[in-house]
Amino acid sequence: MPRLPRGGMMGLIRADNICVRFGGAEVLHDVTMAVKPGEIVTIVGPNGSGKSTLLRALLGIVPVAQGRVQRAAGLRIGYVPQRLALDRSLPMTVRRFLSLPVRVSDAAASRSLARVGVPSVEALQMASLSGGQLQRVLLARALLSDPQLLVLDEPTQGLDQPGEAGFYQLIEDVRATSGVAVLMVSHDLHVVMAASDRVICLNGHVCCEGTPHVVSSAPEYRALFGLGTKGALALYQHVHDHDHMHDHDHSHDHSHDHPPHTHDHSHV
Amino acid sequence: MFDDFLTRAALAGVGLSLATGPLGSFVVWRRMAYFGDATAHAAILGVAMALATDLPVGFGIMVVSLAMAVTVATLAAKGWAMDTTLGVLAHSALAFGLVAVSFVPGVRTDLSAWLFGDILAVSRGDLAFVWGGAVVVLALLAWRWQALLTATLNEDLAHASGLNPDRERLVLTVALAIVVAVAIKVVGALLIAAMLIVPAAAARGLSRTPEMMAGLAILIGAVSALGGLQLSLWQDTPAGPSVIVVAALIFAGTTARGRKLTG
Repeated sequence: MPRLPRGGMMGLIRADNICVRFGGAEVLHDVTMAVKPGEIVTIVGPNGSGKSTLLRALLGIVPVAQGRVQRAAGLRIGYVPQRLALDRSLPMTVRRFLSLPVRVSDAAASRSLARVGVPSVEALQMASLSGGQLQRVLLARALLSDPQLLVLDEPTQGLDQPGEAGFYQLIEDVRATSGVAVLMVSHDLHVVMAASDRVICLNGHVCCEGTPHVVSSAPEYRALFGLGTKGALALYQHVHDHDHMHDHDHSHDHSHDHPPHTHDHSHV
Repeated sequence: MFDDFLTRAALAGVGLSLATGPLGSFVVWRRMAYFGDATAHAAILGVAMALATDLPVGFGIMVVSLAMAVTVATLAAKGWAMDTTLGVLAHSALAFGLVAVSFVPGVRTDLSAWLFGDILAVSRGDLAFVWGGAVVVLALLAWRWQALLTATLNEDLAHASGLNPDRERLVLTVALAIVVAVAIKVVGALLIAAMLIVPAAAARGLSRTPEMMAGLAILIGAVSALGGLQLSLWQDTPAGPSVIVVAALIFAGTTARGRKLTG
């Protein structure tokens, strides 16, 4: 995979016109997107829209049929998987899990757990954790490698509403303290969009993209989700030159910049 | 000390446990039980082919077992229905092996030794082979331990950490072929998979970490081997099945105890 210069204009990771096929079916086509240092980008889309596939293509788990994925040289990624199917046959304490695949000190493990709000769970079995605890432990493990980019695939699946809001608040706090960029997939539209700098609405291709406010009022987004905008305040103008007549040959102009911490969020 | 056949038998059992404990744990964690069965059953075909071509038997077993393991892994990757595929391959391998063996003169009478093991007839050479193979498997697993565990837990997580889950699967496949070749003399082709699974499953109820489970599986495997040997001597029972009987009794004990502890 070609490497980008660290922190260059092109961002931490980017996809250029990638297509992904499973068998004969095209799951993603002509997807171009990038994540810049320090920003929170959320991919939303209906079931089967290729959200997780896009993440997996960016991580190099699934091959791209066309186009290319580029990463900044030496990019450290912290990954939080969609779910961890914990087989009862595998005994695993939280402490042991945090040392996979790189062994970490007890002090680092304990710090990381405290940071994500689940202190002192080291001795518990992974299989005995609640959904909310498990997500936080997964995040704690991802943070241990001191990542420049956090990738989260539907991180709040199975959490209740307060749990979701709390988790996204935590993601924002982590970004604020460490400057880590965040790329996540979600279908918890309002909550997650309020916590994002930029939203990419995906349905096999990029339907629309921009600040939460702009995306949630875009006709393409409304067509997919049938929802109005609630509580998402955007200060940046979304340049939207999307044309559904030319689905396979569209270009988006996303030259606007998103320095972190310089714009307002409204929390729902 | 290697002059005594009992000492050699005991050492062979303990040596085998060194490999089957950790590898068996992975077989349990990754739900590869049937996979282990197919690989082990292919060993009989390996025996027949080695004897027919005058090659070392251990070598023949390793080659055929590896071929079987790679075939199964390839079919699994292509999305074949594994339950049926493994069922077909495991039993076909055994049937083909038994038919092939019947063409090799002099093996027919020996067949039960290959099927059920012949731990009391372990020679010095066999003992060196068992320990050599066990140490290689143990070293291989120790070397890849962190990566194997990560890939076992979640393949995407392994990928994102820069590991290659396919390579880790190959490590286990190779280790399995070596263990089959090593174990056939001790417990026999029919019960190799049991030697992998039963001690590891017995260790599960007492373990809090993967390392603890692998270590206890070694211990339980060794105790089963020694206990089975005793049983075989006293009651003139077949050695391989006797080892598994002891392991199964330990499994029953630790599972009942584990239930009491956790629930």
